Amino acid sequence: MLLALGKVERGGLGMCGIVGLFLKDAGLEPRLGAMLTDMLVTMSDRGPDSAGIAIYSGAQDGIGKLTVQSARPQADFKDLDADLKGAIGHLVLMRVKSTHAVLEVPLDQVEAARSALAHLRPGVKVMSAGDSIEIFKEVGLPRDVAARFGVAKMGGTHGIGHTRMATESAVTTMGAHPFSTGADQCLVHNGSLSNHNGVRRELKRQGMTFETENDTEVAAAFISHKLQQGDTLGEAMAATLSDLDGFFTFVVGTKNGFGVVRDPIACKPAVMAETDGYVAFGSEYRALVNLPGIENARVWEPEPATVYFWER
Amino acid sequence: MQSFDLGAEGLRALNSTLHALRGQIDSQQTNMTEWEVVNPRGAHAIAAGVDAPVDITVRGSTGYYCAGMNKQATIRIKGSAGPGVAENMMSGTVIIDGDASQYAGATGNGGLLVIKGNASSRCGISMKGIDIVVHGNIGHMSAFMAQSGNLVVLGDAGEALGDSLYEARLFVRGSVTSLGADCIEKEMRPEHLALLADLLARGEAMGKAQPEEFRRYGSARKLYTFNIDNASSY
Repeated sequence: MLLALGKVERGGLGMCGIVGLFLKDAGLEPRLGAMLTDMLVTMSDRGPDSAGIAIYSGAQDGIGKLTVQSARPQADFKDLDADLKGAIGHLVLMRVKSTHAVLEVPLDQVEAARSALAHLRPGVKVMSAGDSIEIFKEVGLPRDVAARFGVAKMGGTHGIGHTRMATESAVTTMGAHPFSTGADQCLVHNGSLSNHNGVRRELKRQGMTFETENDTEVAAAFISHKLQQGDTLGEAMAATLSDLDGFFTFVVGTKNGFGVVRDPIACKPAVMAETDGYVAFGSEYRALVNLPGIENARVWEPEPATVYFWER
Repeated sequence: MQSFDLGAEGLRALNSTLHALRGQIDSQQTNMTEWEVVNPRGAHAIAAGVDAPVDITVRGSTGYYCAGMNKQATIRIKGSAGPGVAENMMSGTVIIDGDASQYAGATGNGGLLVIKGNASSRCGISMKGIDIVVHGNIGHMSAFMAQSGNLVVLGDAGEALGDSLYEARLFVRGSVTSLGADCIEKEMRPEHLALLADLLARGEAMGKAQPEEFRRYGSARKLYTFNIDNASSY
């Protein structure tokens, strides 16, 4: 019983901040990056170790995207577009942003490009791959990380941001959130999982691959695996409640969806707001106060052990 | 009325101004008994640690620990409150027009907390004498290890109400998803109806509910009292 009281105390002490926006009003799309950046910077004092953001845009343009990261960007990104074009036989457009680069290829060439990349630049890590997702994450404060990647200038349909106070693995770029373990999928997490080693072993046995020892990556891969098996986003998120043990508020993005689920104890804070223009998530109400029309939004705390998701 | 713009002047300035009122009103060194806080924008610890008979109105929603440790003051929140509102309140009154997040009124020793919307999980956890009136529903694990005081809920209660309860009294008008360990329904006697009538009136819930519509829950006293028959297992 006293242990449970201890959990209440921990829940109040922060440990990561999450923000999310799913736009319903296309008129807001050019401002997605600016709104998400403002929300994430407000959450800085919940976790100063590292920050990351996933932005979804351009789902209809027929272009696929790989977002990659390197510890040696000048060497690794030099001529990478030309080298990749030579390997896959299709035009590759590269946009370098600090330690990250977005590689645009025809949508049906994303997997080919990813395979070629592993040989061409073994030191390069894939942050995300798919039709519309781009993920940027680094060690540092949200304001600095967002500025480094120019997030505020990015438009899009939906996005998720995270600022981390590390508990389960080291403070590194690869330990930062969001984690992406499937095409156009990403997940961020506030909390800590206690059975992630067992779940990781089982998922590996079933063919999933992992980049880190991080608990959140296991949650991301768990949902990706369920989606591969044909579950809907809602079903995959509901399965976390029975199979993942620990504290969590998860926010999940897919190509056309956005979801939220909290564990049954629900120590990790969460506030949501919905208007005709958007659905927004914040670890705290503070993150939502600058959103347009927030004063008339429906604002509520998501219920424990309840899946919320929106799809376009 | 004194108006304080939290966005312009900051939290430290607000709380040190309010703390400085301690003792000044009784000794008539100031007549500044009415305060409003504008632009709260979900900030933490608004009007925490006040110890003076003043009225404070917060015009908007608040973050963690608003009105924490309150003594004497009447604090109205014209919005919703984040986690730990009125935590460890000693006396006075806190009234929230909207909803309250988790552990509202936790460990409260005295005073009255009124939540006109819903309260989420762990409302009144470890309460030690505070009275809490919730016009809506409360979440799971509310009144966990509650020691004394009264929790009145006009709506429904979530899972594990009153788990490991000591001597707090719980009154729920709607459904209870489940009772926690050692929490049982108890007979509603005339003194309880009188107590409820008073709490409903002070909790700005007159006309919304009648005392007879509530059920009373309390401790079965099997978990925390020493039982000689169990001596060998200790």
